Amino acid sequence: MTLYAALGAVEQGLVYGIMVIGVYLTFRILDFPDLTVDGSLPLGAAISAVAITNGVNPYLSLVLALAGGVMAGMVTAVLNTKFRILHLLASILTMIALYSINIRIMSGPNVALLGVETVFDSVTGVGVPSQYAGILVFGGFALLVVGFIVWFLGTELGQAVLATGDNPKMITSLGVNTHTIIILGVGMSNGLVALSGALVAQNQGAADVGMGIGTIVAGLASVIIGETVFGDKTIARAFIAALLGSVLYRLAIALALGMEFGSFKFNPSDLNLITAVLVICALITPNIKKRLIKR
Amino acid sequence: MISLKNIKKYFHKGSVNEVFALNDINLEIGEGEFVTVIGSNGAGKSTLLNCIAGSFLPDSGSITINNCDVTAWPEYKRAKFISRVFQDPLLGTCPSATIQQNMALAIRRGMSRGLAPGVKTKDKPFFREQLKHLGLGLEDRVMDIVGLLSGGQRQALTMLMATMVRPEVLLLDEHIAALDPKTANQILSLTRDIVAEQNLTTLMITHNMKHAIAFGSRLIMLHQGRIILDVRGEEKMQLTVKDLLAQFYRSQGEELANDSLLLG
Repeated sequence: MTLYAALGAVEQGLVYGIMVIGVYLTFRILDFPDLTVDGSLPLGAAISAVAITNGVNPYLSLVLALAGGVMAGMVTAVLNTKFRILHLLASILTMIALYSINIRIMSGPNVALLGVETVFDSVTGVGVPSQYAGILVFGGFALLVVGFIVWFLGTELGQAVLATGDNPKMITSLGVNTHTIIILGVGMSNGLVALSGALVAQNQGAADVGMGIGTIVAGLASVIIGETVFGDKTIARAFIAALLGSVLYRLAIALALGMEFGSFKFNPSDLNLITAVLVICALITPNIKKRLIKR
Repeated sequence: MISLKNIKKYFHKGSVNEVFALNDINLEIGEGEFVTVIGSNGAGKSTLLNCIAGSFLPDSGSITINNCDVTAWPEYKRAKFISRVFQDPLLGTCPSATIQQNMALAIRRGMSRGLAPGVKTKDKPFFREQLKHLGLGLEDRVMDIVGLLSGGQRQALTMLMATMVRPEVLLLDEHIAALDPKTANQILSLTRDIVAEQNLTTLMITHNMKHAIAFGSRLIMLHQGRIILDVRGEEKMQLTVKDLLAQFYRSQGEELANDSLLLG
């Protein structure tokens, strides 16, 4: 792997790391497997791209993307809590609906961001070489997000979010409406995913309706890699692990794509298969280990 | 304090599995009364407690707590008045949170939760002092994850958390049934101390007739969703297990095949 490819992988790991933090929030903290992310990632990209091409400040466009993601997540959570639709199904419904919505937002399947100002221009503007601009911006946002989430989960409200995932019966008996908490948490998670999508779009110079495919699988893979390698003893550690897991995941993918076996080479389109196999392995090994130890 | 009027509750209404769980319950519980609740399996004891707590709403009737009609209130809203300790020691605490985080969750029971720190520095001495009362050495383990504690320790912590902020009503749903006899007795005496100290209005379900007689100021027996016995004060102090059984047969006019159903 060349240094250039490695830098690219770290950059991707950091920007998608923001998405992974969102996935960690739903999947691990709230115990709410949420597939909305496959739709809210391109939603964020679409909102940001359309806003920028209409002259909105690129930073403000990130706020709009975040807000859009929060709303998408809230729809899923409301379907689940108030209308008692199974969380997986509720999130698939929102995801499918978002496909159409994203195309409406962009008035087509994609929007190019060529020759317009993005958040990276403010970094390269002060003399940072462009190959490091991505790492700097994404790293900064990712750390900001981790800091925010760790702070939030330490507050009264955040503690109630943790308890809702941990022991809903108990926290209900202590006077917390778990529905409200789930709506808040899933909304927040998708806000982060949309923010991640918006940054990706600004970096690669385009938003595309198909860019969200496989987001949840990549997110889960990163979460699991992070937990396995870095552990999840404390909340702060767990979220930093999720972020670093995302970087490791992108590095592993870059490594796999660079490999050649005689005439066989992996295509970028093989990514989803590789990721799915990775997640399946990670998910079933604890079970197999348990069975082996029992016998 | 608590007033139940004509409470009826069906499960699976309209199906072949229909169960009439609470059949026109009328119950007035005064301030500071400690009521023990007994009855065979399926008599409606837990249903009664769940109805008061708001885990589900009754099909008809009304519930008033502290002169406030709470009949339509969801469970989380009633937490303002009610504290609960469940039978399962794992249900009362958050396993992945620390002891002091759990206590911090409990100290805001029924209050709004905002963006202030969850565990406040000013509360920490209070938590330690409360834990000291338990005599389990937990005051030196406030940063430990609750999942590391034994069932008995968790249930003791739950008792503490339920009463740290004085509840108007304390509901104990067979809260010692899942513990070993020694731990059960410890939790039971802890319960007695806390209830007496704070003069709490309490409902305690038990399967142990001796406990039902020895504890509390009033005893009610449920059978098939109805209150078939309600004794208090002097009369209750004279009760024996034999009396209870006799009373049970008399009011039912039926023989139970097995006393163990009641004796537990």
